Amino acid sequence: MTDEGTPQVEEAAREPDAMEQQFPGVLTLDERDNFEGYLVPPDKLVEFATQLRDELGYDYLSSVTGVDYLPDERMEVVYHAYRMEGGPAFVFKTQVPRNDPTVPTLVGVWPGADFQEREAWDLLGIRFMGHPNLRRILMWEGFEGHPLRKDWHEAYYEEDSKPFANRWPEGGVYRIEDEVAFGKNVQYPSEFSPDGWTPEGDEGLYAGMGQISTDGNGSELKTDQIVVNLGPQHPSTHGVFRMVVTLDGETVTDLKPVMGYLHRNHEQIGERNTYIMNMPYTDRLDYLASMSNNFGYALAVEKLMGIKPPERAEYIRVMMAELTRIQSHLWSIGFLMNDLGAFQTPALYAITERELILDIFEAVSGSRMMCNYFRFGGLARDLPPGTLQTIRELAFERLPRRIDELDLYLTGNEIVRTRTIGVGVLSAEKAVAFSAGGPVLRASGVPYDVRRAEPYGIYDRFDFDVAVRYGGDVYDRYLIRVDEIRESIKIVQQAVEDIPEGEIQTGKHAFQVRVPAGEAYGRVENPKGELGFYVVSNGKPNPWRYHIRAPSFINLTALGEMCKGHKVADVVAILGSIDIVLGEVDR
Amino acid sequence: MYGIGMVRGMGVTIKHFIGTYVDDLRWFGRRYYNPEAFAVRQSPKAQGVFTVQYPEEKLVTPEEFRYIPFLIYDELEDGTRQDRCTSCGICAKVCPPQCIWIVRSDDPETGRPIPEPAEFFIDVDICMNCGLCSEFCPFEAIRMDNDYEISTYDRLSDNIYNKAKLDKPASYYASIRPRNYAVDEAAIAEKQAKKAAKEAARKQRQQEKNQTSDG
Repeated sequence: MTDEGTPQVEEAAREPDAMEQQFPGVLTLDERDNFEGYLVPPDKLVEFATQLRDELGYDYLSSVTGVDYLPDERMEVVYHAYRMEGGPAFVFKTQVPRNDPTVPTLVGVWPGADFQEREAWDLLGIRFMGHPNLRRILMWEGFEGHPLRKDWHEAYYEEDSKPFANRWPEGGVYRIEDEVAFGKNVQYPSEFSPDGWTPEGDEGLYAGMGQISTDGNGSELKTDQIVVNLGPQHPSTHGVFRMVVTLDGETVTDLKPVMGYLHRNHEQIGERNTYIMNMPYTDRLDYLASMSNNFGYALAVEKLMGIKPPERAEYIRVMMAELTRIQSHLWSIGFLMNDLGAFQTPALYAITERELILDIFEAVSGSRMMCNYFRFGGLARDLPPGTLQTIRELAFERLPRRIDELDLYLTGNEIVRTRTIGVGVLSAEKAVAFSAGGPVLRASGVPYDVRRAEPYGIYDRFDFDVAVRYGGDVYDRYLIRVDEIRESIKIVQQAVEDIPEGEIQTGKHAFQVRVPAGEAYGRVENPKGELGFYVVSNGKPNPWRYHIRAPSFINLTALGEMCKGHKVADVVAILGSIDIVLGEVDR
Repeated sequence: MYGIGMVRGMGVTIKHFIGTYVDDLRWFGRRYYNPEAFAVRQSPKAQGVFTVQYPEEKLVTPEEFRYIPFLIYDELEDGTRQDRCTSCGICAKVCPPQCIWIVRSDDPETGRPIPEPAEFFIDVDICMNCGLCSEFCPFEAIRMDNDYEISTYDRLSDNIYNKAKLDKPASYYASIRPRNYAVDEAAIAEKQAKKAAKEAARKQRQQEKNQTSDG
């Protein structure tokens, strides 16, 4: 509200647009150069959000994040909302003073804001008034400070931005761990003692869960509810992830996910990096889908730079992104079966096919998983000779056959069906409300796919169906992945047929790109859901803000809802069917 | 009928199981430790058991495969080595985890910097093998290796590579990446031709100048 005077003065000189006329005194166009959307004063936020959802049909809140505008002494919260019929985002923002950043919560309007608001509180210190459970989510309780603030420095802090001056030409090689010794690399609040600390966050966590009652339910048998920790070290969690489950007998009455064990503050690293340096870091988000992570980031920065890759690069991008989807879904199906108890056989059959796709990635990009293949306005290099032929063999012969085989031995299997049908049901309304994305959303009967809703790259040229299933259970989330693999194979087939010869890079292949000031949101349909990159540039070589809308992370918002009323063993299957990758959840 | 799905699934498993023996028969017992069979076994035509008997068998890495950068030197005819690196620092500036340290060297007489690195360090514990250094090197001097068996006993002493450890001859690069090597050589030849043309033009101008001043 430090800033509220400025836009209003400008508004007088400018004719208010349709949205501003519809919401007089609520909306102000964001008039900074290359910025989109509207500003909403914080006290009118909830009212406006409700109207936006109910009257204008923006029923899906995709992304919530904060930006620390340190020089202006203010914080900004940025919201991206969509209509489920498709179309571009409605972007709205609210600005609050930096010394007291308090914003009303939108959890009541869109429950999917839950984790994202907690993340903004944790990392930026923006307080969301009325949030039911505003605790740290990625950092640990007892951590001091909010690490994404621009004046916060990590223990291994060297400089605000890379490249660091001492690497060249002085070159006095050292290890930062030697400079900041073990034991001095963690910052505590001054009154904090790590030895005498009990995790009060956990008490809060347990207290927030279902009240423990021992009788009054009419049954003669007196039962206790118990709290069980699944994880963080548990094979079913696909990494280090913890689920705090309240059980009544074997039945789950409440479940709270606890994450952040793999947190490395990817976004802060990204803000220290130059633009090109972030490309290999995006590989490490959802490490099963590095090619499509590259895609999202490249799109966001290309939007800011106002460039487009040449035709051939566009085709290669689509081929790589779809091959990524195939291998990621294969992996996911294989390990869902592992979670169900079909140990390793389906997983290894799936991995065989995945290996062949990874061989292609390796031949093309030089690495099986950490591909680092996309560049702004193009690609790192062209396809090596022979690769197109391999892709053709895979897409036309091997993969369709293997997917049919997978369908044959899993879809009809009675054990699979008994374990999955009707388990972990998420209704369409809830899936939308919880901002679920990708296969989780589409298995609940919402045919929403970014490739169709707001086509990026050259996806508007391909003939494919948006797979949709209506059960919303684990079985449908398995089936939807099989459907999507088939659709992806179709897209790869078309791309292989149509790919033209030509350049693969627009402009110069330069190590320092000039990115004009402004903001951009690039989103792609990742195998796990909508992956968004929100990038704010101030014209310098490093992004001012680099935020990732991580689909695995946001899909977990609905996990508790899906698990309630099911057995403990089903929790494992439900988590497997969401298909999370902890590199992306924890960032 | 209940259970038919499971029986069908078993059928697929049995097919996979038998597939290996069928493939074995096809190769007459030469399915393993045979490069020709191995190439087929790791291609889209693969059938049956897919695993590689590492370390007896190793996957054939494709040309682009990248693992840890190294520095290239040219071997001159008189047997001396000439570094391609000019210590321009672009690799150090583009390195995402900032694991490259370069010390520029000065001319011992004039004290002015000369285009040669005095030392060159890469902390391979930090290196993320992204390949950006090699991609943006303007002198074809830093390139990605493909040797992935680099485990050591002590990370503190062994994992900061210095120039002596990083230096490798151009012929080594030609052996691991023939196609890229050819591209590099063409680029170098083109640069040299340009430089020669420039030099010739300069000499000619000089001559003309001399002639005019003489006349």
